[in-house]
Amino acid sequence: MSELRPDLAVIADHVKPGSRVLDVGCGDGELMAVLRARGCDARGIEIDRSNVSVAVGRGLSVIQGDADTDLVNYPDKAFDYAILSQTLQTARAPDKVLEELMRIGQRAFVSFPNFAYWRVRLSLAWGGRMPVTPALPVSWYETQNIHQLTIDDFRAFVRERGITVEQAWFLTGSRRRGAAAANLRAEHAVFLVKR
Amino acid sequence: MSEDSRFGLARSVTLPGPLALDGGARLSPVSIAYETYGTLDAAGSNAVLICHALTGDQHVASTHPITGKPGWWTRMVGTGKPIDPARHFIVCANVLGSCLGSSGPASVDPATGTPYAMRFPVITIRDMVRAQAMLLDHLGVRMLAAVVGGSMGGMQVLQWAATYPERVLSAVVIASAARHSAQNIAFHEVGRQAIMADPRWRNGDYYAEGDPPASGLAVARMAAHITYLSEAGLTEKFGRRLQARDAKSFGFDADFQIESYLRHQGISFVDRFDANSYLYITRAMDYFDLAEEHGGLLANAFVGCKRTRFCLVSFDTDWLYPTTESRAIVHALNAAGAPVSFVELSSPFGHDAFLLDVPELNRVVDGFLRAGEKG
Repeated sequence: MSELRPDLAVIADHVKPGSRVLDVGCGDGELMAVLRARGCDARGIEIDRSNVSVAVGRGLSVIQGDADTDLVNYPDKAFDYAILSQTLQTARAPDKVLEELMRIGQRAFVSFPNFAYWRVRLSLAWGGRMPVTPALPVSWYETQNIHQLTIDDFRAFVRERGITVEQAWFLTGSRRRGAAAANLRAEHAVFLVKR
Repeated sequence: MSEDSRFGLARSVTLPGPLALDGGARLSPVSIAYETYGTLDAAGSNAVLICHALTGDQHVASTHPITGKPGWWTRMVGTGKPIDPARHFIVCANVLGSCLGSSGPASVDPATGTPYAMRFPVITIRDMVRAQAMLLDHLGVRMLAAVVGGSMGGMQVLQWAATYPERVLSAVVIASAARHSAQNIAFHEVGRQAIMADPRWRNGDYYAEGDPPASGLAVARMAAHITYLSEAGLTEKFGRRLQARDAKSFGFDADFQIESYLRHQGISFVDRFDANSYLYITRAMDYFDLAEEHGGLLANAFVGCKRTRFCLVSFDTDWLYPTTESRAIVHALNAAGAPVSFVELSSPFGHDAFLLDVPELNRVVDGFLRAGEKG
């Protein structure tokens, strides 16, 4: 199996074996497969049809659906962890998706690319162009990211909503960063949150 | 096991019954025609029940005795296929009410010595499933590794999970629905009226004359067949092309290719299917509403299914059982906490896609079944 994407590796390392997990926007199920191998009951939702058929063909419990509309169908606290990796910024209503995540899961992992990363700032401030970086690899007109956010935006948002950050990881490429000046120095972030 | 006459192709059994039916009647005896493929393992853990669609039969992967054509699901069932007799003990039975060996309106009523015709009791999808359960008891099959079916077969799969959740480990529901919609009922009513309007139908008592209501049944099949296809598929396959002529006839011959295709579908159907069976089975489908049986809430149908894995597949051009119907089932399964996979596959062939060569369908079903076998 190829190496996990850095944010997924962080999440995989911190999900307790044997947990019940919902991976929202699970792609072709690479994280779910790792979690299943660690004894987790992993379920997934994915919007892209070909990703879903690959995941189901791997024997994973994945349903084709839209995080924006389909999370309402899950019972309260049905999962130990709800996971939203690199998906928050693609949601039509990220605030509502996050609320559903907190309702469905005892805890939630949320990872996203940090729009305040210094290379992104440079690109916009000096180049005057929308950034194209390893974490944001697609041009403005074809990106699925419609609600870009920064690490500080996320912190402020969860504070307003009464959500507690239990742990946070900051990454540039696959390298871990300290929390110091993470909003400037980290390319992406992973938060473990709880209400 | 090979010496056991219960197992193999072209089998049938007559069980004493009685089978208590949803409509209140009790059917006795109950004949069931079926086929098995592969061998039941010592642990009894590899049985797969395949449920056929409206006009299907038990010949899932064997030559059809009337048409001489290969089984209806050889794309899914066979050596190296997702459902493989090398791994699975496969059972496929002709549904109750049908006409290929199971008890139905063409069967002889022991009380009168003549065919039941319209005196056969009206049956439901759940009655079909109860009859299948009787057959499995007879075969000594307690647990089902999987129940698999498309269209009406998918309804039976859902009914199996709801009625006997403790016997079903995996359920595969393809191009199906948890209830028959008003539109579905409407199309069926057109078919039934076509049959009953045929003067040779004779209120169902046509068996002695050897002159069945073939025209009515052919029209019913033609109307139904349109619903199995999609506009895109029809346009691609036929367009407005003319059949064996260069110009329109300005009459009512089959000028267009689509007309002669439908006529062929209708005519070939009457050779292998009984008109009264068509009435009974379409009625069973119309009555199907799994939520209604469970207090109006579909999730309640699946409360016993915590251990049953589900896989649902729909096709984007299927307007008979559109994706919204599968989604409603998926939502109910999520609400019930049952493990469920769902994918809408892309195909130009409409509802019929589940019978055709869709490699992704095979990959999904294969992966799903194998994941259950690992556990």
